[in-house]
Parts: sequence; C-alpha cells; structure tokens
Amino acid sequence: MAPESTLEADALRVGYGSTPIIPELSVSIPPGSFTVIVGPNACGKSTLLKSLARILPVESGRVLLDGADIRALRTKELARRVGLLPQSSVAPEAITVIDLVSRGRHPHQGIFRQWSVDDEEKVTRALADTGLTELASATVDQLSGGQRQRVWIAMVLAQDTPIVLLDEPTTFLDLAHQIEVLELCARLHRDGRTLVAVLHDLNQAARYATHLIALHAGSIAAEGPPAEVLTEETVERVFGVRARIIPDPETGTPLIVPRAVGAVTP
Amino acid sequence: MSTPAPSSAPASTALRFSGERVLRLGGLSLRVHRRSFWVGIACLIVALAAAAYSLTIGDSAISLGEVWGALTGQADAGTSRIVLDWRLPRVLMALCGGAALAMSGAVFQTLTGNPLGSPDIIGFNTGAYTGALLSMLVVGGGSTGTTVGALIGGTATGALVYLLALRHGLHGYRLIVIGIGVSAMLGAINSYLMITVKLEAAISAQVWGAGSLNTIRWVDLTPTILVTLICLPLLLVLWRQAGMLGLGVETASGRGVNIGFLRVALLGLGVVLTAAVTAVAGPIAFVALVAPQIALRLTRGAGIPLLPTAFLGAALLVISDLVARTLLAPVQLPVGVVTVVLGGGYLVWMLISRLRKA
Repeated sequence: MAPESTLEADALRVGYGSTPIIPELSVSIPPGSFTVIVGPNACGKSTLLKSLARILPVESGRVLLDGADIRALRTKELARRVGLLPQSSVAPEAITVIDLVSRGRHPHQGIFRQWSVDDEEKVTRALADTGLTELASATVDQLSGGQRQRVWIAMVLAQDTPIVLLDEPTTFLDLAHQIEVLELCARLHRDGRTLVAVLHDLNQAARYATHLIALHAGSIAAEGPPAEVLTEETVERVFGVRARIIPDPETGTPLIVPRAVGAVTP
Repeated sequence: MSTPAPSSAPASTALRFSGERVLRLGGLSLRVHRRSFWVGIACLIVALAAAAYSLTIGDSAISLGEVWGALTGQADAGTSRIVLDWRLPRVLMALCGGAALAMSGAVFQTLTGNPLGSPDIIGFNTGAYTGALLSMLVVGGGSTGTTVGALIGGTATGALVYLLALRHGLHGYRLIVIGIGVSAMLGAINSYLMITVKLEAAISAQVWGAGSLNTIRWVDLTPTILVTLICLPLLLVLWRQAGMLGLGVETASGRGVNIGFLRVALLGLGVVLTAAVTAVAGPIAFVALVAPQIALRLTRGAGIPLLPTAFLGAALLVISDLVARTLLAPVQLPVGVVTVVLGGGYLVWMLISRLRKA
C-alpha cells in the first residue's frame, strides 16, 4: 500500500451558467479517513466525487492530489493514485468475474506489459478480499446484485490506489448486501486506504464514517466526525427533516429518528 | 493474436478462468484469449483458401499449381498475365478491403457499444455516394473525381453525424439514430441528383454505387493496402483501451483511459478504413456490420476481438466476391449486391432475436 495521499478541492466551481451545481466549494479529505458524503438528492454529491476524480471537468478552482493540480496528471498516472467506482458501471455481456476484476489493473499495464506478476498478485488478493475466488470463472450476469457490487469493488481494489472513491455503492442492494458492502469498505479502510463514499442512509453513514461531509445545494453545510455533524439542527437544515438524535444502541454513533408528527413540512 | 502460438505454458494464472493464456518474456507479458486465437487462425485459413480458389476460376480455369507458378514467376506469360494482372488485384482487394471494412465495423460498434454501429448505418456510405454524384455533376466524373468526391462526402457525413451526436456522448443509440436520419436525408438528395445528371453519368454512378471489385487494378489497390497496413497496428495498440469502453465511459476513465483521445483516434481510424475501401470499390454494405458480431459470437469473449474480426471480414468479402463472379457467370454481379443480400438476412435475424429477448 502506498503512503497516505492527500486530496483537496480548492474553490471548486462545477457546472456551467449562472446556476452551477457546485458554486464554490473547498474541502480537504483527511488522509486515512473513511469519509462519507451525505446530502439530499441533487445537492451535488456525485458531482463533487466525480470532480475529485477528474471525471467531470471543473469550471474553475482546482483539485489537488498530494498538493499538485490533477489536471496536470496523465490519465493513467491519476488512475494509479485515485480509483473511482461510478454508479453507472455496466458489465459487458458474457464478461467473467476475473476478466472484469483484472480491468482494474489497466492503469498499471502497457501494450507489452499486459499481465505482470504484480497484476496477478493484486487481482488474486482482490478476489480473496471480496470473497469472489470461487466465482472467478462465472460470468457477471449470472451473479446476484450483491455479488455484482462486490465484483466492481474488487476491480477498484485490484487497481490498488491509496485513495478510493465510491459513488453510492449500496444503492439498489437489499439490507443484508448493503451491510456486507459497508463492512467490506470498513475493512479496506482499516487496511490503510483513504475511502470516500457517497451514501444515502444517514444511520449507516453515522456508523461507518470517520469523517462526514453534509452537502446542501452544492455547498458544505457541516463537516466533521459524525457525532458532531449529525445534530437535530443540521439534519433539519440540510435534509428538511425534523428528527430526534439518539445514540445507536449497538455502536453509540448518532441514530436519526424522524419525528412521528411533523417530520417534514409540506 | 499477433503473438506466436501459446506453446510455453506459463505458471498457472488466475486468467485461465477467463480462457486466457499469459505469455511472458522477461518483463514483457501478453494476454492471449485462447478461443479468439484459434477462431482467428481458422478465419485466416478460410480467407486464404477462398482467395487461392478464387485465383483458379474464371473464363479460363487455371490449376492451383499454375497459380503458384505464376505467383513465383515460373508460369508462361499468358497465365502470369491472367493471374497477376487480372485476378490477383481483385482477390487482394477483397482480402484487404474485407479486413478494413470489418475492422472499421469493430471500431464503430465498440465506440457506440451497439451492434448496429457501423459505417453503413451511420451514413458514411450514403454520404460517399452523395460526394461521388456531386463530383460527377460538377467536374463531370472520371475515376479520380469520383474517388475524391466519395472521400470528401463520406468523411464530411461522418464528421457531421459525430458533431451532432457529440453533445450527449457517443455511447448508445444517439449516434445511430442521428446517422439514420442524416442517411435518409442524403438518400433523398442522391435520388434527386440521379435524375439531374446525364444518363451516362447516372449509369456509371449506379455501377459505382452498387459496390464492385470487377474493375480493380493494381493502381487502385495500393492505397487500400497501405491504409490497412498502417491502421491495423495502430488499432492493435488501442484495442485494449477500446475494450474498456464496454464498462461505461466513467468507469473506463477511472481506470486510466483517456476517453477524449481514444474516441477521436478510433473514429479517425474507423473512417479512414471505410473510406479506403469505399473510395476505390464503392459502398460495399454490411461487411462492417456483420463481421464483428459473428466474430464476437464465435470467440465468446467480453468484447469484439480485432484480429478475428479482420480475418473474418476478409473471408466474407473474398467468398462474397467469389459468389458474385460465379453465380450468374459469365455475368459478373457487383459484390455489393451479394453482401447486401447476406447482410440483410443477418440484420433481419438479429432484429428478430433482439426483439425476442426484449
């Protein structure tokens, strides 16, 4: 694992015209953290994540990776240091698990260096870490939704970047698979990666994040450890939901319980 | 695929689960999809065998031995003339043009992620026809004028469709729908031009428009061979990246694929490959559409395999030309007529099987 990297956005402005998706945002991802970005729909969560990985062009401002502007990096070099798993991944028909996971090694490969010993090791380990070793020769379209998501995560793991960005990795999964994916993320974080994920479920975010960023209308509404960010006042301001916050009986992290009456003002 | 047969078995690799072998030499390593390797070899053998057979038949039957003699310079002048000057250019054009068209189809289908994405469907051929007709109308025809007109028309149409589709990304149906729309408009213009030009010009335009290898000579052939030989290695270099497009643009970009560069490079090579054939032989439909899909089904890989597609395309066009020459002999059909019939059947079959799936 490479040493911890820093990833920052400096006066970022994304989206064109007079109403950009992100008007001006500066943020610093704490190295070694499991940072979770939360916020209501269309607040710019995915946009921020994609801008951090240079998938979206930035209108003004800079994204700094280890202090250097990412626009100056070659695409492959960037992909060796930051791995993004977008929401919109599609698996080609008939692709096998091993083939898809091995695509994560693309930034480390070349025309005459298509499968190094290192590629072999990293892919084998990514498969083992995600519990997919037995399924290596299965085709991805045979798998369940949860298994499929694990394949995509395995691909990012095989990429072996110090920073991993995940855009809504739990969406469309049932509860058991959501927990499975989040536990996997927590383990990757413990192994030393800096993780940034967009999540929808506030209680899950509170449980797994070491650092929480609450976005509202393209700006940071609150930022810090979950226990400090998730106050009744912030939840109402950011999500428009009146809720009580109690300690999660399992972990002691904040648990958001919407009010029985008048939680949402119509 | 451009590698020697996987003879030295390397240490067991996880890639065997996707049917691949890894060839190593020091720090260098190549991945070979075994099924694609053998399908490629088989297609190449079929193409070469059909080409050899094609050299033997015609007004005067020449045995394989005599053909070999002519190729190695040991035959009499008459036989040499027939084989080297008359038949060989045509057969080489079929081999090389088939490969070029098929690779062009592989490029467009990979670029759009759609089995209908081929230069025929997105309007290149119709545009080339418009260009050829306009050149006949304006400068009065002549083979150079027709060639240049077709090149300009095809490329301009390709560029127009690309620019119209660009706003919302190339992937998906957008490029194809716009291509069909532009094609339809140009088709109307072509019909109008046909009734405007002089009768002789209209007839020669029709002959060109059917797509034919009947009159290919060595001079016509050289540019096509050169373009194919230059584009092939460039595509081979790009092909692994191109395969990443199948994961979606954002995922590919996140894996270090420079999408902007890749798209422009692929599109350029795809257009040049089609243009190199169309300018010389006229629009030969459906090879580009069909070859990549058949190769994909034969190899059962995760993406369109470049070299098997090229060899299959070569085999398809040589065999189609063989049919065109012999079916109604001594009348020689334009090869485009044969490929349209074969390809049309394929298209109907594909649409029906897609509808059934959906």
